[in-house]
Amino acid sequence: MLYFSKLRIIFITLFTLLFIAIASSNLFNIDDDFFDKKINLGLDLQGGSYLLLEIDNTPVIEQKLQNLTTTIRNFFKDQNIKINNIKIEGQNIFFNVDDQSKQIIIDTFTDENSDINPYYPRFKSHQLNIEDTGLNLKINFSKQGLIALKTSSQDQAIEIVRRRIDEVGTNEPNILKRGNNRILVELPGLDDPMRVKSLLGKTANLTFRFVTNSDNDSFGVEKLKYEDGIDEAVVSKRIIISGDNLLDAQPQMDTQNNQTVVSFSLDRVGAKRFGKATSTGIGKQLAIVLDGKIISAPVIRDTIASGNGQISGGFTFQSATDLALLLRSGALPAPLNIIEERTVGPDLGQDSIDAGMIALAIGFLLVIIFMFVKYKIFGLITNLTLIINLFILLGILTLFEATLTLPGIAGIILTVGMAVDANVLIFERIKEELKDEKNNILAFDSGYIKSRTAIIDANITTLLAAIILFFMGSGPIKGFSVTLGIGIFTTLFSVYFIARLFTSLYVSKNRNKEKLI
Amino acid sequence: MIAFNKYYNHFNLISSILIICSLILLVFKGLNFGIDFKGGTLIELRSSDSKINVSSLRDKFSEMNLGDVSVKKFGNDTDYLIKFENKDNKKNIIEEIKVNLDKSFGNKFNFRRVENVGPKVSAELLKSGVIAISLSLAIMLFYIWIRFEWQFSLGAILALFHDVIVTLGVFSLFSLEINLSIIAAVLTIVGYSMNDTVVIFDRVRENLRKYSDIKIFELTNISINETLSRTIITSATTLLALLAIYFFGGEILKGFSLAMILGVVFGTYSSIYIANTVLVRLRVSQKTVLREDDQK
Repeated sequence: MLYFSKLRIIFITLFTLLFIAIASSNLFNIDDDFFDKKINLGLDLQGGSYLLLEIDNTPVIEQKLQNLTTTIRNFFKDQNIKINNIKIEGQNIFFNVDDQSKQIIIDTFTDENSDINPYYPRFKSHQLNIEDTGLNLKINFSKQGLIALKTSSQDQAIEIVRRRIDEVGTNEPNILKRGNNRILVELPGLDDPMRVKSLLGKTANLTFRFVTNSDNDSFGVEKLKYEDGIDEAVVSKRIIISGDNLLDAQPQMDTQNNQTVVSFSLDRVGAKRFGKATSTGIGKQLAIVLDGKIISAPVIRDTIASGNGQISGGFTFQSATDLALLLRSGALPAPLNIIEERTVGPDLGQDSIDAGMIALAIGFLLVIIFMFVKYKIFGLITNLTLIINLFILLGILTLFEATLTLPGIAGIILTVGMAVDANVLIFERIKEELKDEKNNILAFDSGYIKSRTAIIDANITTLLAAIILFFMGSGPIKGFSVTLGIGIFTTLFSVYFIARLFTSLYVSKNRNKEKLI
Repeated sequence: MIAFNKYYNHFNLISSILIICSLILLVFKGLNFGIDFKGGTLIELRSSDSKINVSSLRDKFSEMNLGDVSVKKFGNDTDYLIKFENKDNKKNIIEEIKVNLDKSFGNKFNFRRVENVGPKVSAELLKSGVIAISLSLAIMLFYIWIRFEWQFSLGAILALFHDVIVTLGVFSLFSLEINLSIIAAVLTIVGYSMNDTVVIFDRVRENLRKYSDIKIFELTNISINETLSRTIITSATTLLALLAIYFFGGEILKGFSLAMILGVVFGTYSSIYIANTVLVRLRVSQKTVLREDDQK
């Protein structure tokens, strides 16, 4: 165990120096992609916001079912089947047909090449389930159908979320999918998350619709409130143009009345429809509706054929900027709820770094003094190993550009405390061996060999705990498990290669000394 | 040689009482779950005005209709930790609080940290915390069962349960907050306690093979003594590191390091007085390990 070949010594030295160099690169700015690797600081250390958003798919499902009732009616009308009493209850469609048509409908829905009910061969499932309840036919989304729907609304939502956050211009946001109905947003260095939160909390569904005062509109009408929450107006359900028709939206100062407005320009289809509506509807009120609330309802004075217009509604410059941003980035397919938020201010982050570093320095110092007092020369070897161990640990974290969190720093300090364990096991064993064995070299050899199983067992148990933490933990806790886990490997390496190298050099030199340890 | 075995019965009794007390506390008093597991909102504030005191701040917060609000000093004299349930999960609650505070105290507060955990997420976090701890206990049991004989496995797992239950009992007794980092601490305790037990067991097994004429009662004592200086040194350095975190690592790591300190103390104790006594009570002998060796 004490013999090291020259090649091995060179290898260990180079390896150690390499990691010391990598770890040191955190201190310098090197203008090179390979060498300029750095440990990332977690949100709890550099400050920033962590937001977990959940997509509320209920409105999407209801809308789809609503559309489906029309589709079903039209589809079977062509086959001369009359659909009666069609209604939506919960998330199911119910309807009645005469008995001989029942089977035709069921067959249509369960056919693998069905036009009305897509089939997913991969999951051996249709999008929709059909069931004969005896009283009527029941249609609802199958499990796979719901998953497909959720995935697609998640795909759309994450795109819109990304656009909105990019527009705000935070640095290096991290936007990830979680499950099939959640989106994780990490915004490092963001001082005030309120604005982002309010931007993400809006669906931004914009429609232009006529204000009617009669109830007999062929599309139906609904009563909507103004943004102030007090005034109301009856608005047609017929949508003239929607947010999809917008090409651009910008905040602007209207010089005529010194108001902040949002000016927009429409695409070709939108411009055409807007032109038509404004020419036929002169004198009528056109309601601008955002997420079910009326922003304003100006009276149409002139035909607007250019496809450009303005929305006014008592905006401040900030609110106009935000509305323009929302309109530019598009509407979310479904509302988002913030179900978890963690925000750390930059000064608390810096305080945490300082406290962590002080704790690390003091912990390190205490352990080093303790080991030196207890073991003298072998304490020095352990301490030197401990320092190299720390560098290798930091080097590996740097190499993988791992994220360091406050619990992660705690993990490093804990590693410092526990890393001496393996060396202590070995040294204590050597001491015992020296009681019966007078040959120093043989005693050291058997000390290393006999302590090995205990060291391996002990480290595997800690490693298992770290692995479980890694998979079950979130955010900062993950950071802890990473440093704890990597710490185990670096500890074993430094104990079995570096400390053993030093020990072997010392023991070979003092092979005849009595009371070596 | 210290006669640890003289007190096996005494300490078994004490441990049993500790475990029963802890279980009673856990069942009847319960744990003080933080917002991670209960849901709610947490705000850490720092005031730039040292004249603002905790009671005036508390009064202000109770006027805001937030339900059950707790306002406490947090480390410094100018730092406060505010917690409330946020039952209605109001979206702009932080904004409202900011406006309210600015109105009564002027622009004196810096919002250093805001955490808001919805009920769904907190339920999930609690579930995954429980799963993580159970899973780690199961995996440790399995590992020890592979590496050692079943008697050792039982001893180790009882020691683990003891450490986890008594640590949680202390948290319950003093109403210390259980949050995500405590779960991390408990898992690390599981790893550490196991580590400590394994080192002694390893020696017990070695000695069982070596001596056929020493009874397990004596043999465990010999093994404990042989590994004692290692036990002391490793616990000491680990505790030194943890004390450094506790005193200098900032308020956020206090709970974590406290749980770890308790865990290391209990873990060291249980390796000696629980894990080993199980071996004694199960009358482990040289046959136990030799039979296993034959099979291998």
